[in-house]
Parts: sequence; C-alpha cells; structure tokens
Amino acid sequence: MNDIQIRLGLARQDFALDVNLTLPAQGITVLYGASGSGKTTVLRCVAGLEKAPSARVQIGDSVWQDHASGVFLPPWRRPLGYVFQESSLFDHLNVHDNLRFGVRRDSKGLNPASLDEAIALLGLGDLLQRRTHQLSGGERQRVAIARALALQPRLLLLDEPLASLDHARRQDILPWLERLRDEIKIPMLYVTHAADEVARLAHMLVVMENGKATAAGPVAEVLAGIDSPVILGDDVGALLEGTVQERDLRWHLAKVDFLGGALWLRDSGVPVGQKVRLRVLARDVSLASAEPSHTSIQNILPCVVDSIVPDHHPSQVLVRLHCGESIFLARITARAADTLALAPGQTVWAQVKSVALVA
Amino acid sequence: MVLSSDDLSAVWLTLQLASLTTVVLLVLATPMAWWLARTTSPWRTPINAIVALPLVLPPTVLGFYLLVALGPNGPGGQLTQWLGWGSLPFTFGGLLLGSLIYSLPFAVQPLQYAFENMGTRPMEVAATLRARPIDAFFSVALPLARPGFVTAAILTFAHTVGEFGVVMMLGGNIPGQTRVVSTQIYGHVEAMEYAQAHWLAGGMLVFSFVVLLAAGRLQRRNMRIGL
Repeated sequence: MNDIQIRLGLARQDFALDVNLTLPAQGITVLYGASGSGKTTVLRCVAGLEKAPSARVQIGDSVWQDHASGVFLPPWRRPLGYVFQESSLFDHLNVHDNLRFGVRRDSKGLNPASLDEAIALLGLGDLLQRRTHQLSGGERQRVAIARALALQPRLLLLDEPLASLDHARRQDILPWLERLRDEIKIPMLYVTHAADEVARLAHMLVVMENGKATAAGPVAEVLAGIDSPVILGDDVGALLEGTVQERDLRWHLAKVDFLGGALWLRDSGVPVGQKVRLRVLARDVSLASAEPSHTSIQNILPCVVDSIVPDHHPSQVLVRLHCGESIFLARITARAADTLALAPGQTVWAQVKSVALVA
Repeated sequence: MVLSSDDLSAVWLTLQLASLTTVVLLVLATPMAWWLARTTSPWRTPINAIVALPLVLPPTVLGFYLLVALGPNGPGGQLTQWLGWGSLPFTFGGLLLGSLIYSLPFAVQPLQYAFENMGTRPMEVAATLRARPIDAFFSVALPLARPGFVTAAILTFAHTVGEFGVVMMLGGNIPGQTRVVSTQIYGHVEAMEYAQAHWLAGGMLVFSFVVLLAAGRLQRRNMRIGL
C-alpha cells in the first residue's frame, strides 16, 4: 500500500478542521480553496509544524502521526520537503549554503548527487555564490524548492509557492513546476487559491471550504462534477488532457485529440505530439438536438446527456455531457432544456465556442 | 603624561568591569530574551517589567538595595558568605553584580526585539530541513539576530562605563578596586582638580561618540549585506 493518508481533526475558537484524505503517492495533489478554508493548516499539520489533537498521517507504510497510538514525529524527523509561501531562505547564508543546510543534516541514505540534481533541475548553477538579497522573487522560490528537493523527501509540501510573486514572475516559475511534476517521482501536496495553477499543475484536486474537503479526486472528475460545481477562476468548466495531433498552418489552427474526440483551437506554436491541457467553460458550450450545419462553430461534438441540474440563477441549468470517455459541462437556459426536451441518455451535439489551452 | 596613575587605574578598572559585564550579560540575556520573545506564559509581562526596572529606577535606589541585600546581614550577603565568597560590597565582585543588574535591560531588550522581529518562520524552516530546535537556534536564530547582539553589546558596554550611582552606593570608590572613571571624575571635581577632570571627561566624550559611530556603521553594513 503506497497511499498517503491524511486524517486531521482540529477545533479552535473560530475554526474547525476536519479532513480525511487518501491520496496517490505520485503526482501533484492541489489543495484549492479561499483563504481561511484551512488548506495551509492541513499542510502545517502534515509537516508537524502544528499538532492536530486528533490526527493520523501515514505515508506509504511509515506513520508520521497517530493520536491513537501516540505517535508524533517532530518536523525534523519527517522525511518531507516544505516550500513556504514567502521567501524562506536564510539571509545569513549564500545560495549554496542555503541549499546545503538540510543535506548536511541528513546525509545518511541520501544519494550524494541529489543536491547537484536539484540544482540542475531548477537551473541554479549560476546563482550558487550569490547572497540571498541579490536574487529575484522567482529565483528565491526556485532555490527554496531545490533546497527541499535535495533532501529527496517522501512528500513535498508547497504552500502557495507563487503567491508572493507578480504575474510575470509566476509565468517564469510555472514551467519549472511543470518540469518538476513530469520529471520527479516525489508526490506533492500543493496549496493554492489560483485557478491557473490548478488547471496547469493538478493531477488530483481537493477543494477546501471552511475546514472541510468538499470535493476530492482526479482533477478532471472533480471539475466535471455538477452536484456542487467547482468554480475555477471565473466559471465552471471541464478540463481535458489531450495531444496535439496536427497543425493547420494556413488557418493557424491546431487539432488536439482527447479521449472521445478532437477539438480545433488557435495554434499557439505547440509542436505536434505534445501533451496539453484544455479548458472548456460551461458558458462556451451550447447544445443542439440535431447535428448543426451552416454554423460558424468549428467544434461540434456528439455527446450523451448525463445529468441536468439547476444553476445559480433559476433561468439557467448546468448539463453534464459524456463525450466518449471525457466529460463536458454546458450552461444553457432552462427554457432551452425544456424546448429540446433534454433528458439523461439523450444524444445531443455540443457546440464548443471557445477552448483555452492551459498548459 | 596628563593622566595620573590613579586615573589610569580607574580607566583600566572601568574597561575590565564593562567588558566582563558585557560578556556575562550577553550569555545570560540570550536565553532570557529568547524566552521572553517566544513565551505565552502569564509570567511574561511581570518579568518584562522586572527586566526593565533598572531603566526607570534611580541608580542610587538600586545601589542602596543591593548594598543592604549583599551586606553581612542581608540575605544575599549571608548566601555569599556561606558560599565562601565573603562580603561583596566594596569589592570588584560586588561592582560586577551591580553592573549586571543595572545594565540587564540594555542586553535583554535589543535581543528580545531581534528575536521577536525574526518571527517563528526561520525556526520552522530549519525544522523542515532536519534541524533539531537546539541546532536551529545556534545555526539560524543566533546568526539572524546578529544586529541585535551588536546593539546589545555596545549599549551594555557603554552603559556600564557610564555607571555612577550604583558604584557610589555599592563600591565605595576604593582606588584600584572599585574606583572607575565616572567616580574618579567626581573625585577630581570635588578636589577642584578641573584640569584632570577635563582630560577624563573629554576622553569619555570622545569614547562615547566613537562607540556610537562604530555602532551605526556596523548596523548599516549589516543591513547592506542582508543581515
């Protein structure tokens, strides 16, 4: 059994935390929620920086904390890496000594090349002799990530690592995080309230609200749930993983295949064969009961209605659609649903007006 | 030579007293300041007040109580006699003890401020990097508090050099044993030896200015290199 189990119960005057999560021991699990929802507290409890009175934290077969048997490993004995929200570099040490801080204290069982690998993975080779105040915000976070990675942790915890950076710096560092996700085998727990980070990085998504996990699962499944729709950014919508299949250089379009069909979107120069993530917002999908013709819409997909639920406003409904193995959401008016006599199991054509490439 | 041998012995004694006070106080004040900066105990406020007491108390009051307490019939005096240290008033040891109490806030407060300013984050970061608390304290908290240590050392040293009231009450102004520069100046003035008083007083003035100048430069440099 390789899973990560996190069970936490914590009650304070104005806040209660109650989560029970079982997560795969690979990939990035994003904890997503508004500030005050308890996502950072989850991370701090997993690290042992805060002691939840009723808790069980188990990584694979090693138990870090279990109130039932009285086990509580202090943070320095948990094989984890932690990247804090703001710069956490030690200002009295240069970059290289910051990177070596943890490795020096935990050299046994550590691959001696791990520090060099972390330095290479985050492109820090030229910065090693710098003082910390000579680094940009993005560089500081890269050093902090490498410092945690060099310890070859069983679990890497990242607490809004991009929140202290401006937009341009965020765009600088996101590709490094994607590289991390794709190249290392260490599972990551990643806290954020930024929609684009969820869309770009998450394998698993845990939605936090008032100290509780209101939804958890593979990111595409969670985002396609409509019983309690997850608003990511400004709207609900589906997230698809696909591969660039061809590029139409004449019309500047690219075709992306996904499980269940293909979508055309604006060619942004992504090479053929590359894996990409697409986001289709519910408001950009309309439905037709017969195959539309004479339309400007380029993406028309045959789908089967899965379920229909009321939306926020009584004039609208959300429709969940199966397109092969993928799921789309469509927001249409209740009157249209009635006119088309939409019902689960019915075949419809989804017209996709806009597709966004997220990564 | 403009300074008499009495003057020189007073200068030498002052430097010994101030250096020893500074070293001992920094060692004692560090754990106190750390505790005061971190604790949530209800004792924090009263202990803070006790540490700050020498700031507001007239030195003669402090010296008087020390004299009574350390005298042969006082509780402190009986303790020191039982320990075989003899009676402390009118000795260098008594002067040192008085200075330690008198200058305590000047050592504790800058350190406490430095530790409070640092917050809990550096220690947490160190803990996630496999450092035990004691290791993190020496390898992270102390180096990060360096400006606080510089300030504490300079203030403690300078304040001890400037001590007068406690010395008069507790030391008795014995040449070579308890006579420091400030009491020597007082003696010169009492004896109408204004020229000697000028040399010592002027020396103190220059010394104080140079110390503050050096402190300012050190702090600026620390800031520049990000300490």
